[in-house]
Amino acid sequence: MSTARANRLTPYLFLAPAGIVLLVALFYPICYMIYASFLDWNPSQRIGEADFVGIRNYTKLFSDDAFRESMWVTLKFAAIVVTLEMVIGVGLAMLLDRNIRGMSLLRTLFILPMMIAPIVVGLMWRYMYHPTVGIFNQTLESWGFAPIPWLSDGGWAFTSVIIADVWQWTPFIFILSLAALQSLPSSAIEASKIDGATGWQQIIYIKLPLMLPVLIVTLLLRLIDSFKVLEVILVMTNGGPGLSTEILSIRINRTASEFRELGEAAAMSNLLLIVLLILTFAMFIYNKAQEIRAERMRAAEEEA
Amino acid sequence: MKSLTRNVWSAAVAVSMTFTASAALAEGHTADVYAPYAGTTLVVNFPAHPHYNAVLEVLPQFTEETGIEVEVDQLQYLKMRERQTLELTKDEGDYDLISYVVFSKADYVFADQLENLAKYFMNPKLANPNYDANDLIDGYVQNIGVAGGEKGYLPGPTGSLFGIPFGSETSVLAYRKDIFEKHGIEVPQNYDQLLEVACQIPKVEPGMGGMASRAASGHQASHAFLLHLAPLGGRVFDEQWNPIINNEAGVAAANALKTIVDCGPEGSQTFGPAEAAASFKQGSSAMFMDSIAFAAGFEDPSQSTVAGKVGYALHPEGVRRGSQTGGFGIGIPSNAQNKEAAFLLMQWLTSKEGDLAVAMAGGNPSRFSTYQNAELNEKYPYSATFGEALKYADPDWRPIIPTWGKINADIGTTMSQVLTEGLDPQEALDGVAERARAVMEEAGYYTWQ
Repeated sequence: MSTARANRLTPYLFLAPAGIVLLVALFYPICYMIYASFLDWNPSQRIGEADFVGIRNYTKLFSDDAFRESMWVTLKFAAIVVTLEMVIGVGLAMLLDRNIRGMSLLRTLFILPMMIAPIVVGLMWRYMYHPTVGIFNQTLESWGFAPIPWLSDGGWAFTSVIIADVWQWTPFIFILSLAALQSLPSSAIEASKIDGATGWQQIIYIKLPLMLPVLIVTLLLRLIDSFKVLEVILVMTNGGPGLSTEILSIRINRTASEFRELGEAAAMSNLLLIVLLILTFAMFIYNKAQEIRAERMRAAEEEA
Repeated sequence: MKSLTRNVWSAAVAVSMTFTASAALAEGHTADVYAPYAGTTLVVNFPAHPHYNAVLEVLPQFTEETGIEVEVDQLQYLKMRERQTLELTKDEGDYDLISYVVFSKADYVFADQLENLAKYFMNPKLANPNYDANDLIDGYVQNIGVAGGEKGYLPGPTGSLFGIPFGSETSVLAYRKDIFEKHGIEVPQNYDQLLEVACQIPKVEPGMGGMASRAASGHQASHAFLLHLAPLGGRVFDEQWNPIINNEAGVAAANALKTIVDCGPEGSQTFGPAEAAASFKQGSSAMFMDSIAFAAGFEDPSQSTVAGKVGYALHPEGVRRGSQTGGFGIGIPSNAQNKEAAFLLMQWLTSKEGDLAVAMAGGNPSRFSTYQNAELNEKYPYSATFGEALKYADPDWRPIIPTWGKINADIGTTMSQVLTEGLDPQEALDGVAERARAVMEEAGYYTWQ
């Protein structure tokens, strides 16, 4: 073997371990899942014993009312929580973007909910929503109001899981927005002050547009996460009452363990994966577009 | 979890080896039977359940008598089922004896994963002639042990035995004697009385719910509905597997459940069995109708405020008597490595002596003779009522077929909509019947029609 050829191959040799890990840890499970989605497979069978049924699992899903309902619940849930979290998170960041004593301590306190294990968050909220001994209903009753069926009425249960999710994940947006705010060029803000911009004008015309790239990425990250949320809702309502809080990941979980239809569960997971891939591509394209725009502006400046 | 359980278990064995001098069950000749297997270690998979906690107390006795060691892997019952599902598909399994939830019977037998017990009972070296299988509670054996007969999952001329009931349960009505006496309320004998009392309680005892029932969306709501369906004369399917869940009896059962939940303690729409039992234990409900397994908890003053105030009665009669059958059985996996020794353990645990020992430690008896035992009745006064209830235990109160998981979940979520969203019961059950028919059709249940 010539030295030149050996030299050419060396980088591939060094890349090989990473490639193998990727192949085994990423592509194998995904291909397995895609293959499984074409099978009529129950967990008492080995995968080799399962019957191949083509796209039946997928066609069944689209005619399944319960699946469509849970898709709708997921979309509704993701849209509402992400909107609320963005508004509250960015708002809090704007409010706290100043020199306050003990700011680092406050910041740590604010992100505490994010650090708690989801199962614990679910249990905690479930007890707080408890119809008789929960803090919310006890407080309401002591003030003379009627108790609220937090988890035992479809509409309220949906609201309750939204409240819990917003409580847990707003800090994520808050902390990223705050970091973005603090890294904004002070020159632009000072210039706007000199031009007489009010606080609101500063936020709308200077801060928000400059933060936008970070906000978009944050939004997409949260959106992807909210599509996959499982534990908190599983512990709080297990999808009930009825199907009112049965988001897609709970449906997948039940399809695999309760209905024992691994093929159908795999088909659902694939659909979820496709939705998430679309979101990720959107994020990727947005980043690319931003880069190209920045490049052009820089080129234009240089020309001028 | 596994290693923790094993550690705890080894410690328990060590302690009991030191202190258990008596060998109450030992008989001179049995040593020869067990001799070939002495020194074998059996790995068994049990659920975390009061009955099996009692079994743990009794197992050291088995080891002492037979020289067969037992290692227990204890898991929450739904987790246990998941673990077994994987374990049973292996060529060589880790478990020699498993406890299975009744609705797993269909899955395991259908996949040929449980040993047919005939060959063990035919083996004179293994089968104890004094076992007295007639004494085993018939409803339990039919429901939990036998498959391959009528409708595939029930006994019949073509059926055979795949497991023995162990930790099985039926339903009884638990009620607050003091509250009933205070207001001169009679213990309900039939469903009309039951529903009337359930709604009378909140009126005469403000703040107290009539009856605590499971109702949470999914399996729990379905379980609660089926509990009323059988006594009210209904079934999920007719003899030809046509869904008849939406007939008059079905609607009556749905309405009964709705009345019970509406007159029940606050928030009962989301109760699972543990929450419902807790509500009764804390004195927030005057009645509780569910498995007999909860009784020991009600009578334990360290966790119950109503200990000593609880009366037990038969599951009220609708158009017929029909209490539920459920719980667990034990069977030998086809991929077990020590099948004969596992059979010996199984036989020992469900023998008259073994069953009594487990019952005395707080387990659920599997034998009529255990329920009649004077010593047991003295320790647990409700045993006689439970034994009586078992005569009416209905092995067919829910179908145990491979498609049941899906239909069960659908009944449960739809019933939850009836309870919380005001969906009309007839409309709800018509929907369930239609979807159930599609599931059954796909699974090939109408091939012969």
